[in-house]
Amino acid sequence: MIAMLGRDLALGVRAGGGFGLGLAFFLIVVTLVPFGVGPHPDLLARIGPGMLWLGALLACLLSLDRIFALDWEDGSLDLLATAPLPMEGVVSMKALAHWITTGLPLVAAAPALGVLMNLPAPAYLPLTLTLLLGTPALSVIGTFGAALTVGIKRGGLLLSLLVLPLYVPTLIYGAEAARRGAAAQAYGTPLMMLAGITCGAIALLPFASAAVLRVNLR
Amino acid sequence: MTLKVTDLCIARGGIPVLTGVNFTLAPGAALILRGPNGSGKTTLLRTLAGLQPPLGGRIEAPPESLVYAGHADGIKQVLSVAENLTFWARVFGRRDIDAALAAFELAPLADRAAGTLSAGQKRRLGLARLLVTGRPVWLLDEPTVSLDAHATALFAAAVRAHLAEGGSALIATHIDLGLAEAAALDVAPLRARAPAPDDFDGVFA
Repeated sequence: MIAMLGRDLALGVRAGGGFGLGLAFFLIVVTLVPFGVGPHPDLLARIGPGMLWLGALLACLLSLDRIFALDWEDGSLDLLATAPLPMEGVVSMKALAHWITTGLPLVAAAPALGVLMNLPAPAYLPLTLTLLLGTPALSVIGTFGAALTVGIKRGGLLLSLLVLPLYVPTLIYGAEAARRGAAAQAYGTPLMMLAGITCGAIALLPFASAAVLRVNLR
Repeated sequence: MTLKVTDLCIARGGIPVLTGVNFTLAPGAALILRGPNGSGKTTLLRTLAGLQPPLGGRIEAPPESLVYAGHADGIKQVLSVAENLTFWARVFGRRDIDAALAAFELAPLADRAAGTLSAGQKRRLGLARLLVTGRPVWLLDEPTVSLDAHATALFAAAVRAHLAEGGSALIATHIDLGLAEAAALDVAPLRARAPAPDDFDGVFA
Protein backbone atom coordinates (compact mmCIF):
# COMPACT_ATOMS: atom_id res chain seq x y z
CA MET A 1 0.00 0.00 0.00
CA ILE A 2 2.82 2.35 0.97
CA ALA A 3 4.69 1.08 -2.10
CA MET A 4 1.67 2.00 -4.21
CA LEU A 5 1.57 5.53 -2.81
CA GLY A 6 5.33 5.92 -3.21
CA ARG A 7 5.21 4.76 -6.81
CA ASP A 8 2.35 7.08 -7.73
CA LEU A 9 4.05 10.06 -6.10
CA ALA A 10 7.30 9.24 -7.93
CA LEU A 11 5.40 8.92 -11.22
CA GLY A 12 3.62 12.18 -10.50
CA VAL A 13 6.71 14.29 -10.00
CA ARG A 14 8.90 12.75 -12.72
CA ALA A 15 8.90 13.77 -16.36
CA GLY A 16 5.45 13.68 -17.89
CA GLY A 17 3.80 13.09 -14.55
CA GLY A 18 1.75 16.24 -14.68
CA PHE A 19 2.82 17.55 -11.29
CA GLY A 20 2.52 21.32 -11.35
CA LEU A 21 0.27 21.22 -14.40
CA GLY A 22 -2.85 21.70 -12.32
CA LEU A 23 -1.10 24.31 -10.22
CA ALA A 24 0.00 26.28 -13.31
CA PHE A 25 -3.53 26.07 -14.70
CA PHE A 26 -4.91 27.39 -11.40
CA LEU A 27 -2.46 30.30 -11.44
CA ILE A 28 -3.37 31.23 -15.01
CA VAL A 29 -7.14 31.01 -14.52
CA VAL A 30 -7.06 33.14 -11.39
CA THR A 31 -4.72 35.64 -13.05
CA LEU A 32 -7.07 35.92 -16.01
CA VAL A 33 -10.13 36.72 -13.90
CA PRO A 34 -9.10 40.34 -13.09
CA PHE A 35 -8.45 40.89 -16.82
CA GLY A 36 -11.90 39.56 -17.58
CA VAL A 37 -13.94 41.51 -15.05
CA GLY A 38 -11.90 44.71 -15.23
CA PRO A 39 -10.15 46.82 -12.59
CA HIS A 40 -12.77 46.86 -9.83
CA PRO A 41 -11.07 45.97 -6.53
CA ASP A 42 -14.40 45.80 -4.66
CA LEU A 43 -15.96 43.47 -7.19
CA LEU A 44 -12.84 41.28 -7.22
CA ALA A 45 -12.84 41.03 -3.45
CA ARG A 46 -16.49 39.99 -3.55
CA ILE A 47 -16.14 37.29 -6.21
CA GLY A 48 -12.62 36.30 -5.13
CA PRO A 49 -13.42 33.30 -2.87
CA GLY A 50 -15.80 31.83 -5.43
CA MET A 51 -13.34 32.34 -8.28
CA LEU A 52 -10.52 30.72 -6.32
CA TRP A 53 -12.74 27.76 -5.52
CA LEU A 54 -13.82 27.42 -9.15
CA GLY A 55 -10.21 27.63 -10.31
CA ALA A 56 -9.14 24.94 -7.85
CA LEU A 57 -11.99 22.71 -8.94
CA LEU A 58 -11.13 23.04 -12.64
CA ALA A 59 -7.43 22.54 -11.98
CA CYS A 60 -8.28 19.36 -10.10
CA LEU A 61 -10.45 18.16 -12.98
CA LEU A 62 -7.59 18.62 -15.43
CA SER A 63 -5.47 15.79 -14.09
CA LEU A 64 -8.22 13.30 -13.23
CA ASP A 65 -8.09 11.22 -16.41
CA ARG A 66 -4.46 10.37 -15.72
CA ILE A 67 -5.30 8.59 -12.46
CA PHE A 68 -6.14 5.26 -14.11
CA ALA A 69 -5.61 5.81 -17.85
CA LEU A 70 -1.84 5.33 -17.80
CA ASP A 71 -2.05 2.22 -15.60
CA TRP A 72 -4.73 0.86 -17.89
CA GLU A 73 -2.66 1.41 -21.03
CA ASP A 74 0.50 -0.30 -19.82
CA GLY A 75 -1.35 -3.21 -18.20
CA SER A 76 -0.45 -2.30 -14.61
CA LEU A 77 -4.11 -2.11 -13.66
CA ASP A 78 -4.72 -5.75 -14.64
CA LEU A 79 -1.69 -6.79 -12.65
CA LEU A 80 -2.71 -4.69 -9.64
CA ALA A 81 -6.18 -6.24 -9.77
CA THR A 82 -4.62 -9.71 -9.48
CA ALA A 83 -2.13 -8.60 -6.80
CA PRO A 84 -2.77 -9.24 -3.10
CA LEU A 85 -3.70 -5.57 -2.50
CA PRO A 86 -7.42 -4.93 -2.01
CA MET A 87 -8.80 -2.88 -4.92
CA GLU A 88 -10.31 -0.42 -2.42
CA GLY A 89 -6.83 0.19 -1.05
CA VAL A 90 -5.42 0.73 -4.52
CA VAL A 91 -8.04 3.36 -5.42
CA SER A 92 -7.66 5.06 -2.03
CA MET A 93 -3.91 5.34 -2.52
CA LYS A 94 -4.46 6.63 -6.06
CA ALA A 95 -6.80 9.30 -4.73
CA LEU A 96 -4.37 10.22 -1.97
CA ALA A 97 -1.49 10.49 -4.45
CA HIS A 98 -3.67 12.67 -6.69
CA TRP A 99 -4.51 14.92 -3.75
CA ILE A 100 -0.88 15.27 -2.70
CA THR A 101 0.31 16.09 -6.21
CA THR A 102 -2.66 18.29 -7.20
CA GLY A 103 -4.85 19.35 -4.27
CA LEU A 104 -2.18 20.18 -1.73
CA PRO A 105 -0.23 22.57 -4.05
CA LEU A 106 -3.52 24.35 -4.80
CA VAL A 107 -4.17 24.83 -1.09
CA ALA A 108 -0.66 26.23 -0.67
CA ALA A 109 -0.98 28.58 -3.65
CA ALA A 110 -4.46 29.90 -2.88
CA PRO A 111 -3.45 32.52 -0.26
CA ALA A 112 -0.89 34.01 -2.66
CA LEU A 113 -3.54 34.28 -5.34
CA GLY A 114 -5.92 35.81 -2.82
CA VAL A 115 -3.69 38.87 -2.96
CA LEU A 116 -4.35 39.14 -6.69
CA MET A 117 -8.07 39.02 -5.98
CA ASN A 118 -7.79 41.80 -3.41
CA LEU A 119 -9.19 39.60 -0.64
CA PRO A 120 -9.65 41.29 2.74
CA ALA A 121 -7.35 40.13 5.54
CA PRO A 122 -9.88 37.96 7.46
CA ALA A 123 -10.62 35.95 4.29
CA TYR A 124 -7.32 34.09 4.08
CA LEU A 125 -7.75 31.66 6.95
CA PRO A 126 -11.25 30.46 5.95
CA LEU A 127 -10.22 30.24 2.29
CA THR A 128 -7.24 28.01 3.07
CA LEU A 129 -9.27 25.97 5.56
CA THR A 130 -12.09 25.31 3.10
CA LEU A 131 -9.67 24.30 0.35
CA LEU A 132 -7.77 22.05 2.73
CA LEU A 133 -11.00 20.33 3.78
CA GLY A 134 -12.62 20.35 0.35
CA THR A 135 -9.91 19.30 -2.10
CA PRO A 136 -9.66 15.71 -0.73
CA ALA A 137 -13.32 15.28 -1.68
CA LEU A 138 -12.52 16.56 -5.18
CA SER A 139 -9.77 13.94 -5.54
CA VAL A 140 -11.87 11.07 -4.18
CA ILE A 141 -14.92 11.92 -6.29
CA GLY A 142 -12.66 12.41 -9.29
CA THR A 143 -11.08 9.00 -8.74
CA PHE A 144 -14.56 7.50 -8.88
CA GLY A 145 -15.20 9.29 -12.18
CA ALA A 146 -11.84 8.12 -13.53
CA ALA A 147 -12.71 4.55 -12.55
CA LEU A 148 -16.02 4.84 -14.41
CA THR A 149 -14.37 6.01 -17.62
CA VAL A 150 -11.25 3.84 -17.57
CA GLY A 151 -10.68 2.12 -20.89
CA ILE A 152 -12.68 4.64 -22.89
CA LYS A 153 -10.60 6.36 -25.55
CA ARG A 154 -10.67 10.11 -25.04
CA GLY A 155 -12.77 9.65 -21.95
CA GLY A 156 -11.68 13.04 -20.58
CA LEU A 157 -14.77 14.93 -21.68
CA LEU A 158 -17.14 12.23 -20.48
CA LEU A 159 -15.24 12.22 -17.20
CA SER A 160 -15.78 15.97 -16.82
CA LEU A 161 -19.49 15.61 -17.55
CA LEU A 162 -19.82 12.86 -14.97
CA VAL A 163 -17.73 14.44 -12.27
CA LEU A 164 -18.71 18.11 -12.39
CA PRO A 165 -22.30 17.57 -11.13
CA LEU A 166 -20.87 15.49 -8.29
CA TYR A 167 -18.62 18.41 -7.37
CA VAL A 168 -21.61 20.73 -6.81
CA PRO A 169 -22.15 20.13 -3.06
CA THR A 170 -18.44 20.53 -2.32
CA LEU A 171 -18.32 23.75 -4.34
CA ILE A 172 -21.46 25.19 -2.73
CA TYR A 173 -20.33 24.66 0.85
CA GLY A 174 -16.67 25.40 0.18
CA ALA A 175 -17.29 28.66 -1.64
CA GLU A 176 -20.02 29.66 0.84
CA ALA A 177 -17.74 29.15 3.85
CA ALA A 178 -14.96 31.09 2.11
CA ARG A 179 -17.38 33.89 1.18
CA ARG A 180 -18.74 34.18 4.71
CA GLY A 181 -15.20 34.22 6.03
CA ALA A 182 -14.31 37.04 3.64
CA ALA A 183 -17.38 39.00 4.80
CA ALA A 184 -16.27 38.47 8.43
CA GLN A 185 -19.36 36.37 9.21
CA ALA A 186 -19.51 33.08 11.09
CA TYR A 187 -18.57 30.27 8.69
CA GLY A 188 -18.66 27.28 11.03
CA THR A 189 -21.79 25.66 9.61
CA PRO A 190 -20.80 25.48 5.92
CA LEU A 191 -17.31 24.42 6.99
CA MET A 192 -18.78 21.53 8.98
CA MET A 193 -20.99 20.54 6.05
CA LEU A 194 -17.94 20.61 3.78
CA ALA A 195 -15.95 18.45 6.18
CA GLY A 196 -18.92 16.07 6.39
CA ILE A 197 -19.10 15.73 2.59
CA THR A 198 -15.38 15.05 2.44
CA CYS A 199 -15.53 12.43 5.19
CA GLY A 200 -18.50 10.73 3.55
CA ALA A 201 -16.80 10.68 0.17
CA ILE A 202 -13.56 9.28 1.59
CA ALA A 203 -15.47 6.61 3.52
CA LEU A 204 -17.84 5.42 0.79
CA LEU A 205 -16.52 6.18 -2.68
CA PRO A 206 -13.44 3.91 -2.67
CA PHE A 207 -15.83 0.94 -2.48
CA ALA A 208 -17.80 2.23 -5.44
CA SER A 209 -14.62 2.99 -7.40
CA ALA A 210 -13.21 -0.47 -6.75
CA ALA A 211 -16.47 -2.16 -7.78
CA VAL A 212 -16.66 -0.11 -10.98
CA LEU A 213 -13.02 -0.83 -11.77
CA ARG A 214 -13.53 -4.59 -11.38
CA VAL A 215 -16.39 -4.44 -13.87
CA ASN A 216 -14.40 -2.29 -16.28
CA LEU A 217 -11.44 -4.69 -16.25
CA ARG A 218 -13.49 -7.66 -17.46
CA MET B 1 -0.66 -25.82 -4.65
CA THR B 2 -2.68 -27.72 -7.24
CA LEU B 3 -4.80 -25.75 -9.69
CA LYS B 4 -7.84 -27.81 -10.59
CA VAL B 5 -10.31 -26.70 -13.24
CA THR B 6 -13.60 -28.58 -13.63
CA ASP B 7 -16.12 -28.09 -16.46
CA LEU B 8 -15.17 -24.47 -16.81
CA CYS B 9 -17.19 -22.37 -19.23
CA ILE B 10 -15.84 -18.92 -20.04
CA ALA B 11 -17.20 -15.96 -21.96
CA ARG B 12 -15.83 -12.84 -23.57
CA GLY B 13 -18.18 -9.90 -23.83
CA GLY B 14 -21.09 -12.10 -22.77
CA ILE B 15 -20.53 -14.62 -25.60
CA PRO B 16 -19.38 -18.10 -24.55
CA VAL B 17 -15.93 -18.86 -25.91
CA LEU B 18 -14.82 -22.13 -24.38
CA THR B 19 -16.83 -24.79 -22.61
CA GLY B 20 -15.98 -27.98 -20.76
CA VAL B 21 -12.41 -27.02 -19.88
CA ASN B 22 -10.93 -29.63 -17.54
CA PHE B 23 -7.38 -29.92 -16.36
CA THR B 24 -5.29 -30.32 -13.25
CA LEU B 25 -2.01 -28.53 -12.80
CA ALA B 26 0.04 -30.24 -10.11
CA PRO B 27 3.14 -28.75 -8.44
CA GLY B 28 6.15 -29.15 -10.68
CA ALA B 29 4.08 -29.45 -13.84
CA ALA B 30 3.70 -27.13 -16.80
CA LEU B 31 0.80 -27.01 -19.20
CA ILE B 32 1.02 -25.37 -22.61
CA LEU B 33 -2.21 -23.88 -23.96
CA ARG B 34 -2.47 -24.13 -27.69
CA GLY B 35 -5.06 -22.95 -30.15
CA PRO B 36 -5.45 -20.57 -33.08
CA ASN B 37 -5.82 -16.81 -32.60
CA GLY B 38 -9.13 -15.88 -31.03
CA SER B 39 -9.74 -19.34 -29.63
CA GLY B 40 -10.00 -18.09 -26.05
CA LYS B 41 -6.56 -18.68 -24.54
CA THR B 42 -6.29 -15.15 -23.14
CA THR B 43 -9.87 -15.23 -21.86
CA LEU B 44 -9.16 -18.53 -20.11
CA LEU B 45 -6.06 -17.12 -18.43
CA ARG B 46 -7.86 -13.92 -17.40
CA THR B 47 -10.73 -15.95 -15.95
CA LEU B 48 -8.31 -18.11 -13.98
CA ALA B 49 -6.57 -14.98 -12.72
CA GLY B 50 -9.91 -13.72 -11.40
CA LEU B 51 -10.19 -10.73 -13.72
CA GLN B 52 -13.51 -11.94 -15.07
CA PRO B 53 -16.11 -14.34 -13.71
CA PRO B 54 -16.64 -17.73 -15.38
CA LEU B 55 -20.03 -18.63 -16.83
CA GLY B 56 -19.94 -22.02 -15.15
CA GLY B 57 -17.72 -24.68 -13.71
CA ARG B 58 -15.23 -24.54 -10.90
CA ILE B 59 -11.71 -23.22 -10.41
CA GLU B 60 -10.01 -24.64 -7.36
CA ALA B 61 -6.75 -23.04 -6.34
CA PRO B 62 -5.22 -22.23 -2.98
CA PRO B 63 -5.75 -18.56 -2.13
CA GLU B 64 -3.02 -16.12 -3.18
CA SER B 65 -1.22 -18.70 -5.28
CA LEU B 66 -1.70 -17.35 -8.80
CA VAL B 67 0.19 -14.68 -10.65
CA TYR B 68 -0.84 -13.48 -14.07
CA ALA B 69 1.29 -11.96 -16.82
CA GLY B 70 -0.62 -10.65 -19.80
CA HIS B 71 0.26 -9.08 -23.13
CA ALA B 72 1.18 -5.82 -21.44
CA ASP B 73 4.03 -5.88 -18.96
CA GLY B 74 2.82 -3.19 -16.56
CA ILE B 75 6.13 -1.34 -16.79
CA LYS B 76 6.37 2.32 -15.86
CA GLN B 77 8.55 4.09 -18.42
CA VAL B 78 9.93 6.77 -16.11
CA LEU B 79 10.92 4.38 -13.33
CA SER B 80 14.17 2.44 -13.55
CA VAL B 81 14.28 -1.32 -14.03
CA ALA B 82 15.12 -1.85 -10.37
CA GLU B 83 12.37 0.54 -9.21
CA ASN B 84 9.79 -1.26 -11.32
CA LEU B 85 10.76 -4.63 -9.88
CA THR B 86 11.03 -3.32 -6.33
CA PHE B 87 7.51 -1.92 -6.57
CA TRP B 88 6.05 -5.27 -7.60
CA ALA B 89 8.11 -7.09 -4.98
CA ARG B 90 6.71 -4.79 -2.28
CA VAL B 91 3.14 -5.17 -3.57
CA PHE B 92 3.55 -8.91 -3.08
CA GLY B 93 5.14 -8.36 0.34
CA ARG B 94 8.71 -9.24 -0.63
CA ARG B 95 12.00 -7.41 -0.93
CA ASP B 96 14.64 -9.28 -2.90
CA ILE B 97 14.93 -8.52 -6.61
CA ASP B 98 18.53 -9.58 -7.26
CA ALA B 99 17.67 -13.17 -8.17
CA ALA B 100 15.07 -11.98 -10.66
CA LEU B 101 17.51 -9.48 -12.21
CA ALA B 102 20.11 -12.20 -12.57
CA ALA B 103 17.73 -14.79 -14.01
CA PHE B 104 16.83 -12.53 -16.92
CA GLU B 105 20.27 -10.89 -17.25
CA LEU B 106 18.86 -7.50 -16.31
CA ALA B 107 21.48 -6.60 -13.69
CA PRO B 108 23.52 -4.39 -16.09
CA LEU B 109 20.30 -2.52 -16.95
CA ALA B 110 19.07 -2.12 -13.37
CA ASP B 111 19.50 1.66 -13.25
CA ARG B 112 18.24 2.40 -16.75
CA ALA B 113 14.83 4.03 -17.13
CA ALA B 114 12.46 1.34 -18.36
CA GLY B 115 11.31 3.63 -21.17
CA THR B 116 14.74 3.37 -22.82
CA LEU B 117 14.70 -0.42 -23.00
CA SER B 118 14.09 -2.36 -26.21
CA ALA B 119 10.90 -4.37 -26.63
CA GLY B 120 12.66 -7.62 -25.78
CA GLN B 121 14.32 -6.13 -22.71
CA LYS B 122 10.95 -4.82 -21.51
CA ARG B 123 9.51 -8.26 -21.94
CA ARG B 124 12.34 -9.71 -19.87
CA LEU B 125 11.56 -7.14 -17.17
CA GLY B 126 7.89 -8.15 -17.32
CA LEU B 127 8.85 -11.79 -16.88
CA ALA B 128 11.30 -11.00 -14.08
CA ARG B 129 8.26 -9.64 -12.20
CA LEU B 130 6.99 -13.23 -11.92
CA LEU B 131 10.07 -14.22 -9.95
CA VAL B 132 9.78 -11.38 -7.43
CA THR B 133 6.14 -12.19 -6.63
CA GLY B 134 7.03 -15.58 -5.14
CA ARG B 135 3.69 -17.00 -6.25
CA PRO B 136 3.74 -20.72 -7.12
CA VAL B 137 1.31 -20.85 -10.07
CA TRP B 138 2.23 -18.78 -13.12
CA LEU B 139 -0.40 -17.89 -15.72
CA LEU B 140 1.47 -16.65 -18.77
CA ASP B 141 -0.03 -15.20 -21.91
CA GLU B 142 2.35 -15.34 -24.89
CA PRO B 143 5.41 -14.81 -22.68
CA THR B 144 7.95 -15.07 -25.50
CA VAL B 145 6.62 -12.29 -27.73
CA SER B 146 9.55 -10.13 -28.93
CA LEU B 147 12.14 -12.29 -27.15
CA ASP B 148 15.17 -13.46 -29.16
CA ALA B 149 16.41 -17.05 -29.10
CA HIS B 150 18.78 -16.43 -26.19
CA ALA B 151 16.13 -14.70 -24.08
CA THR B 152 13.64 -17.46 -24.89
CA ALA B 153 16.18 -19.94 -23.55
CA LEU B 154 16.57 -17.79 -20.41
CA PHE B 155 12.81 -17.86 -19.99
CA ALA B 156 12.67 -21.64 -20.45
CA ALA B 157 15.42 -22.00 -17.85
CA ALA B 158 13.49 -19.76 -15.45
CA VAL B 159 10.34 -21.83 -15.92
CA ARG B 160 12.30 -25.04 -15.42
CA ALA B 161 13.86 -23.69 -12.20
CA HIS B 162 10.40 -22.61 -11.03
CA LEU B 163 9.01 -26.11 -11.70
CA ALA B 164 11.94 -27.69 -9.89
CA GLU B 165 11.05 -25.65 -6.79
CA GLY B 166 7.54 -27.08 -6.82
CA GLY B 167 5.90 -24.27 -8.80
CA SER B 168 3.74 -24.75 -11.83
CA ALA B 169 2.99 -22.81 -14.99
CA LEU B 170 0.15 -22.50 -17.47
CA ILE B 171 1.53 -20.98 -20.66
CA ALA B 172 -0.35 -19.86 -23.75
CA THR B 173 2.09 -19.83 -26.62
CA HIS B 174 2.48 -20.57 -30.32
CA ILE B 175 6.16 -21.44 -30.33
CA ASP B 176 8.12 -24.39 -29.01
CA LEU B 177 9.66 -23.38 -25.69
CA GLY B 178 11.85 -26.47 -25.47
CA LEU B 179 9.98 -27.62 -22.36
CA ALA B 180 9.78 -31.28 -23.30
CA GLU B 181 8.23 -32.23 -19.96
CA ALA B 182 5.26 -29.90 -20.39
CA ALA B 183 1.85 -31.30 -21.26
CA ALA B 184 -0.23 -29.56 -23.90
CA LEU B 185 -3.89 -28.60 -23.94
CA ASP B 186 -5.41 -27.69 -27.29
CA VAL B 187 -8.39 -25.41 -26.68
CA ALA B 188 -9.65 -25.46 -30.29
CA PRO B 189 -11.96 -28.50 -29.80
CA LEU B 190 -13.47 -26.90 -26.68
CA ARG B 191 -14.93 -23.95 -28.60
CA ALA B 192 -18.39 -23.09 -27.28
CA ARG B 193 -21.29 -23.24 -29.72
CA ALA B 194 -22.47 -19.75 -30.53
CA PRO B 195 -26.10 -19.17 -29.49
CA ALA B 196 -28.58 -19.32 -32.35
CA PRO B 197 -28.95 -15.77 -33.66
CA ASP B 198 -32.77 -15.77 -33.93
CA ASP B 199 -33.52 -17.52 -30.67
CA PHE B 200 -35.49 -14.65 -29.14
CA ASP B 201 -36.82 -16.55 -26.12
CA GLY B 202 -33.47 -18.22 -25.53
CA VAL B 203 -31.86 -14.85 -24.96
CA PHE B 204 -34.05 -14.33 -21.90
CA ALA B 205 -33.81 -17.88 -20.63
